[in-house]
Amino acid sequence: MTAAVLFQNVSRHFGRIRAVDGVDLEVAAGEFFAMLGPSGSGKTTCLRLIAGFEQPDTGHIEIFGETAEGIPPYRRNVNTVFQDYALFPHLSVLDNVAYGLRMRGIDKAARRREAAEALALVKLPDYGGRRPAQLSGGQRQRVALARAIVNKPRVLLLDEPLGALDLKLREQMQEELKALQQALGITFVFVTHDQGEALSMADRVAVFNEGRIVQVGAPAEIYRRPRTRFVADFVGSSNVLPPEFTERHGGGRRWSSLRPEAIVIATAAPEGSGPGSLAATVLATYYHGATTRIVAEAEMTRLNVLVPASAGLLRPGDRVWLTWQPDDLHAMEDHA
Amino acid sequence: MRSDRTGRSGRSPLMLKLAAGAGLLFLHLPILIIFVYAFTTEEKSYQWPPPDLTVKWFAIAWERPDVRDALWLSVRTAATATAVALVLGTLCAAAVSRTRFFGREAISLLVILPIALPGIITGIALRSAFSLAEIPFSFWTIVLGHATFCVVIVYNNAVARFRRTSGSLIEASMDLGANGFQTFAHVILPNIGTALLAGGMLAFALSFDEVIVTTFTAGQQATLPIWMLEELVRPRQRPVTNVVAMLVVAVTFLPILAAYYLTRDGDQVQGQGK
Repeated sequence: MTAAVLFQNVSRHFGRIRAVDGVDLEVAAGEFFAMLGPSGSGKTTCLRLIAGFEQPDTGHIEIFGETAEGIPPYRRNVNTVFQDYALFPHLSVLDNVAYGLRMRGIDKAARRREAAEALALVKLPDYGGRRPAQLSGGQRQRVALARAIVNKPRVLLLDEPLGALDLKLREQMQEELKALQQALGITFVFVTHDQGEALSMADRVAVFNEGRIVQVGAPAEIYRRPRTRFVADFVGSSNVLPPEFTERHGGGRRWSSLRPEAIVIATAAPEGSGPGSLAATVLATYYHGATTRIVAEAEMTRLNVLVPASAGLLRPGDRVWLTWQPDDLHAMEDHA
Repeated sequence: MRSDRTGRSGRSPLMLKLAAGAGLLFLHLPILIIFVYAFTTEEKSYQWPPPDLTVKWFAIAWERPDVRDALWLSVRTAATATAVALVLGTLCAAAVSRTRFFGREAISLLVILPIALPGIITGIALRSAFSLAEIPFSFWTIVLGHATFCVVIVYNNAVARFRRTSGSLIEASMDLGANGFQTFAHVILPNIGTALLAGGMLAFALSFDEVIVTTFTAGQQATLPIWMLEELVRPRQRPVTNVVAMLVVAVTFLPILAAYYLTRDGDQVQGQGK
């Protein structure tokens, strides 16, 4: 099957800044694909390369099998939901949504009908007559979404679409975006710096750092089997452990990742202590509602442990034992 | 204590009103006197109070070919200079606010400089340049002189609006299938339109009453303000000058008023979706 988006060794440099540096990427048709990374990691430039706002310096880009480099944005069957929504302030909501159809020369009655349908799809059926300035942030977000999907693009690009919304609204929009993507069957490429958003919404995630893709995979794979220290650190907040520690606890001489929730904490020494067991001292506890984070020190190493809030109270200075399944101590690619 | 304070604050607005009234009178009484003299029957000297009132000078002014020629030259000059300014000012504003290049700030300063430069310097500079290049004085030398400051007015208005118009609007338009021309017609122009209209009207008004630069670039031609200046030393049908003065005030004041109202409400950031 043809890939929705294909990058072959694509680079885009701005002067001496390597915004995108030799990226290979394949997004499958119908996939919800997230590009995750800190700011300046190249994820937004990758999105702009797909949209056509940037052209690659080297490398090759295909969108559904068609060469994309050299094709201007207005001749690509790709639409973007912008971070600041970029609604036209001088047009009504309906005219905003109908803009793409108007540019394609579709007659007024048809484009008004289709725009109204798109507005109904994003649950703003009666807002067509308003101006963008009269809408709330969440409503503008929906209009921007309607304006993009009304053109039935083959790929929908979303640039931090939920960044400006408050937490409650963001969770609601996450569900709606996911439902919309499944209903429309359009390939979504989604840029975010929020690892929780990427893990919960995407079919696959590409983790970006310094213009390169560090790891691509399903959310569970990225989370449980981070390839490098950067991924372990950026996705979730893992315990990144030095090679000596890994070696002592049954792994090779490599950096390793141990997820805080994979550690079991006990106040009594376990019977027949195996390789995955460690005496530690509690340094601090942090209450998070559903969970409690415990910071413990063992073998001169600090470890974060996440336990259900219902677990017994621990105090700084308490002597505890940490155990984990040998499989959970995941050795990464970084050597000593 | 309390009554004392209200007592004082009750007195000071009256003083303030008187001072403000006196200031406004000082500013506008001379202009009113000019208007009154347009209706006087005395044509040789400015006699106060006017012996009698008449409207015949309006007809006489309209009939005089020198007035008509000067008016027509002024209108053509102002319109042409404004048109030149609209094109150059908008392009320059777009370049400065939409792209980054070496020397961008310097260019911005150089474009604004003519309005800060005394008119007499601009005039002398243009005159020497024209004579060095052996360009004879013509309609176009006046237009060129006026365009130097008209461009600044349009540029300033356009650049302010461009800054307030989010750059992603243009990308959004391209993304939705509009090419460069469609984007300009459907997105850029509607967003900067009122700024251009306001800038254009201000430029027209400035050009219409310009004297200093014109004296250096007009040669023997007389625009309306130049004609008035010449007329003051010749005591013949004096009230005609006052009729023309009323016209100049109307033509320059109304556009400035309109420009003020057009740009007054544009303070919110255009296209900033948050």
